[in-house]
Amino acid sequence: MRALRLVHLYPREMNIYGDTGNVVVLRKRLQWRALPVEVCPVSIGDPLPNDADILLGGGGQDAAQGEIGADFAARGAQLRAMADDGVVMLTICGSYQMLGHEFVTQEGRRIAGVGVLDVVTHGQHERLIGNNYVDTPDAGRLVGYENHSGLTTLGPGVRALGTTQPGRGNNGKDGTEGAVRGNVIGTYLHGPVLAKSPRFADDLLRRAYSRRGVDVELAPLDDALPELAARVAAGRPR
Amino acid sequence: MTRIATVAATVLGKLTLLALRAIGRRGNALPGLVVEKLFPRYLARVMAALPEGVVVVTGTNGKTTTTKMVATVLGERLRVLTNDTGSNFVRGAITATVEHASWTGALPFDVAVFELDEAWAVRFVAAVAPRHCLLLNVMRDQLDRFGEIDTTAELLGKVAAATTGNVVLNRDDPRVAALAARTSAQVSYYGVAAGLREIFPNDEELYGGPVHVSQLPAAVELQALPGPDHPPATIRIAGTDHDVVLRAEGPHNAQNACGAAALGLALGLDAATVLTGLAKVSPAFGRGQAFTVDGRRVVLQLVKNPAGFRQVLRTVETERPDAVVVAINDDYADGRDVSWLWDVDFAPLAAVRARRTTSGTRAADMAVRLHYDDIEVDEIQPDLEKAVRAAVEHVPPTGRVTVFSTYTAMWALHAVLQRIGEAHR
Repeated sequence: MRALRLVHLYPREMNIYGDTGNVVVLRKRLQWRALPVEVCPVSIGDPLPNDADILLGGGGQDAAQGEIGADFAARGAQLRAMADDGVVMLTICGSYQMLGHEFVTQEGRRIAGVGVLDVVTHGQHERLIGNNYVDTPDAGRLVGYENHSGLTTLGPGVRALGTTQPGRGNNGKDGTEGAVRGNVIGTYLHGPVLAKSPRFADDLLRRAYSRRGVDVELAPLDDALPELAARVAAGRPR
Repeated sequence: MTRIATVAATVLGKLTLLALRAIGRRGNALPGLVVEKLFPRYLARVMAALPEGVVVVTGTNGKTTTTKMVATVLGERLRVLTNDTGSNFVRGAITATVEHASWTGALPFDVAVFELDEAWAVRFVAAVAPRHCLLLNVMRDQLDRFGEIDTTAELLGKVAAATTGNVVLNRDDPRVAALAARTSAQVSYYGVAAGLREIFPNDEELYGGPVHVSQLPAAVELQALPGPDHPPATIRIAGTDHDVVLRAEGPHNAQNACGAAALGLALGLDAATVLTGLAKVSPAFGRGQAFTVDGRRVVLQLVKNPAGFRQVLRTVETERPDAVVVAINDDYADGRDVSWLWDVDFAPLAAVRARRTTSGTRAADMAVRLHYDDIEVDEIQPDLEKAVRAAVEHVPPTGRVTVFSTYTAMWALHAVLQRIGEAHR
């Protein structure tokens, strides 16, 4: 069987909140099941493989987001084609914002996104910071940590990933968290989100295999530890 | 502010300190806080009287131990006032000052060496312009508080700008080296030899790729780290290599020793004096501090962020512990967000044959992290004292235990270890 190919976007520039752990989790859950996997880091100027199965992006500094902005924008057509083709994408925080239509800074400057997700983000002064969990219809409870200053509004072309009680979520107003369009997911959950949400991790793997038309049974793993950590984290103060 | 107000401030601070001690509290912060509120100009006034002024040490990692190094080196020639408790807000500096002042407010010192938290350093320099500063590094830490790494660099820039005499910069941290442009003070640099650069990655370098090698000249350069065959670190000053045995272990302390040495040189001390001072520095509170518990050696290592954790993990290669406890708390002072654990490479823990325990409020999170690196955890014990006691009981009678611990867990564990064991001097 051909290895599942994970593309890790901007590992050097967009790494400050531990989101690289999402790559570690997916790779390990495949390796534990003796399923072949390849991780392909893509930095500024690197070619983005067309045969990617899962694309992972994290959060970075606002300045780094500026540095990679042009590079990311130049990949717009390819990213939109990949999304239309059902490539699984899990994008966190800054990467989530850049998949949207645009980011409008506090000063009113408009930074164009690639328009894969029907969302718009507005910068503001206050940062939304704290422990958070999100209840989703497909993958149960996701447990993580949010730390962002952009307020994201969802358009009709996406649905929310889930709803949050304890956190501020997309915009601190409507109780929604994240956005989903087909196999493309954006969320503000760091943690990294997959570390304490094993069901969500396997859901992403199943989507990738199913898109390839590969019939793979994901053998059950002992997830007692991540489930314990998720329960503990969900009970911690914000 | 009058002389009488200075005396009043000193007396008030000292009485607060005595009252706290009487009820068994450490009192590193409150006396300073009281004086700061009632006599906001106290610090500026008394600091202005010091002939050699104030030295500020700040940066993300290594502040406490490096401050101790600077104070010890300068102590070879000068009478040094320092806040050696790790209480690094402005109030900590004030507490140290009133504690060591006479009851009449006199301050019998030549120079003050203050460790300051990055944000509080800015508040400090707004009140007291430092004569000298030593800026160590800007790493990802407490993003729940600072938001971004670049924000922290901006804070250090304000400290550099306010400094009037000498600014000593780590040339190997690009964010710190760039601060030379922010100051009109005399700038000098310290650094590590090009061949050692990969041992000291900055946050952008944690995932491989080429490391940044600076071409700036270093007044003090680390040439070689201590190794099993060669216990001293080798430090180059003005073209000559010197060996110095550092009691504070780990590569990061050898790097910081170069910073402390460069500051000593900038203040006019000669190389021999600087090296004599460095050799006297013992580990600071909870930073590689060793205890004996029932015959076992227990070493306490503070961890706060990915770069720092990576550095102290390397100490297991020389320490060879029989048991390791990783204690992760998520209180405010630790940082509520534990995502950063995923940016630590735990390979050194996999390589050492030791019983492994995770502890603290996020014991389970830490166990998950190790689980995904295929490192087996023998016990998940959120209770700190139980975790350390069990580790001690499970190693041989002359065995070794290393405890890696976040800030609040470190304070709790320090108290436990003092109660059930004995601190090494």
